[in-house]
Amino acid sequence: MGIRETFRLALRAIRRNKVRSALTMLGVIIGVASVIAMIALGSGARAIIDEQIQSQGTTLIYLSSGSFGGPGRAHGGSGSITTLTMEDAEAIAREIPTVGLWTPGMRGRAQLIAGNNNWNSSIEGGNEDFLAVRNWVIAEGANFTARDVLVAEKVCLLGATVATTLFPDQDPVGQVSRVRNMPFRVVGVLAAKGQGQWGQDQDDFVLAPWTTVQKKLLGINYIHQVSFTAKTSELVEPTAVAITRLMRARHRSPGPEQDDFSVRTVEEMAATRVQMASTMNGLLMSVASVSLLVGGIGIMNIMLVSVTERTREIGVRMAVGARTGDVLKQFLAEAVALSLVGGLAGILLGIGVSEAITTSLGWPVLITTSSILIAFAFSAAVGIFFGWYPARKAANLDPIEALRYE
Amino acid sequence: MSEPLIRVVDLKRSYALGDVTVHALRGVSLDIAAGAFFAVVGASGSGKSTLMNILGLLDRPTSGSYHLDGQDVSGFDRDRRAELRNKKIGFVFQNFSLLPRTTALENVELPLLYNGRGQRPAERHAKALSLLQAVGIGERADHTPNQLSGGQQQRVAIARSLVNDPELVLADEPTGNLDSRTSVEIMEILQRLNREQGITVLLITHEHDIAEYATRVVTVRDGRILTDEPVTRRRDAAVELAALPPVEAEA
Repeated sequence: MGIRETFRLALRAIRRNKVRSALTMLGVIIGVASVIAMIALGSGARAIIDEQIQSQGTTLIYLSSGSFGGPGRAHGGSGSITTLTMEDAEAIAREIPTVGLWTPGMRGRAQLIAGNNNWNSSIEGGNEDFLAVRNWVIAEGANFTARDVLVAEKVCLLGATVATTLFPDQDPVGQVSRVRNMPFRVVGVLAAKGQGQWGQDQDDFVLAPWTTVQKKLLGINYIHQVSFTAKTSELVEPTAVAITRLMRARHRSPGPEQDDFSVRTVEEMAATRVQMASTMNGLLMSVASVSLLVGGIGIMNIMLVSVTERTREIGVRMAVGARTGDVLKQFLAEAVALSLVGGLAGILLGIGVSEAITTSLGWPVLITTSSILIAFAFSAAVGIFFGWYPARKAANLDPIEALRYE
Repeated sequence: MSEPLIRVVDLKRSYALGDVTVHALRGVSLDIAAGAFFAVVGASGSGKSTLMNILGLLDRPTSGSYHLDGQDVSGFDRDRRAELRNKKIGFVFQNFSLLPRTTALENVELPLLYNGRGQRPAERHAKALSLLQAVGIGERADHTPNQLSGGQQQRVAIARSLVNDPELVLADEPTGNLDSRTSVEIMEILQRLNREQGITVLLITHEHDIAEYATRVVTVRDGRILTDEPVTRRRDAAVELAALPPVEAEA
């Protein structure tokens, strides 16, 4: 019997027991749908991470105070260590030629007031290169100047969220906002960046000269971190190594265990996040595969029932000349048809679920052709694997006993 | 006469039933000429079913030889026997053995699916339909078995047995589940096939009066041939049918 004939027969057998076939397929449908949805979520997350790397700038290197240290060792987080100073930053910029732009950084929270509106946001300090280093663009107004930094002028740039909250009806540029009750002149508004890597609002902050933030707002004499750019993306790694080496020399730290600072590149951080995303995805995928496995067992079960029910039919077919291979093919085709139809339904359901996730939760999903092909191949494989035993059983029946079976 | 269609010599078949060995056939030798209408009669347990299974290539003898159409087939494996069943033997069973929920036409086509000729569906339909017409139920080709009477189902089964142009039709108690009028009708078809197309018919039955439609009757008992004689007053189903009072058409 030809392959087309065989599958035509198989599809007919499936249609004969509609409810049973549908229930049998359900396992495969759910399995394939979850595989599709998981892959879509995973690819979506990865695409977002890539986009965020671009938005931060790929050549960025962070030097933070505090250390992630070794296991089992108490350590303070960034900010609780007071040993990172502006002199460190200047030394690095002076002595490592592959460093491009840089800016010191410090962060605190502050209550902002403008007219009747007030808003609690974070205030960040930087120098005039902050925008260039961190990939920010000015939407309105202008950046503060090197002179502003030098004399600790009370000027600020507003993130988009802060701008619309404090000045809902007017142009913020030129207005005065009170920061911790000190009047700051708004010189510009930043273009929105949207959600950050951890889902936070990146536009909810105020930027002011670091000198102003350090002395007038926070009252400290250290800085929290320094952001550098390497001159090219190839120089990121060597620059990070050079910064670490110089910092160890300056802080008399013999090795990573004793470091009171940490150096991270954006690429490293992105790699960590990709790693986390794929671990999570792998976990979900294995759950999805388990349901595919259960679906396969369901197919095997129902095929065994079917072989027993149709023993007489098998006997008749053998009597009129069906060979072992013909019977094997027939039942294998039925199992494969069950799992393939289930797989196709599962692919459609998976796409539907992915779309639903995007619209209801706003999570990014990305459905790839390869994931559909993988799901399709997987369901065919499930059919062959779990259909083999029942089909073998049918093909090895004794024709006389099968004919006599009641 | 030349080589017989079937020649079995000292055929033996025993089964192991637990610790007991059952001897179903204890040495049967038979020649059946091509074109014969041959009946095997025996009570249940006589070994006639075993004989029929071996002659029909559904089973293999424990010992002895079986030549079908000049070919020694006793050593053939499963698949070669299946191929031979498909091409040379048509089966008609007591319980009709049609596929349920499958139309008469498709039931008749079934052996064509396995003949390895890869015929087109239209070709198969035409062949099956012409056979259904030949056995008188062409107009019920799209009925499923549960929409057909016993006699009609047996006609479908006969049409199916003929679809690959076999040399031998094996009819195992073909009238066992039918009333007497329908039995005569079925025997009429078998006699006609034998007479007009020269198909060898091997009839297995436990009813002596049914066996009298054959030209030769072999009686089997306890796994051996008891008698083997020609039928002296052969019944002619066509004549009997004409003599029967006409009845309204079957449901």
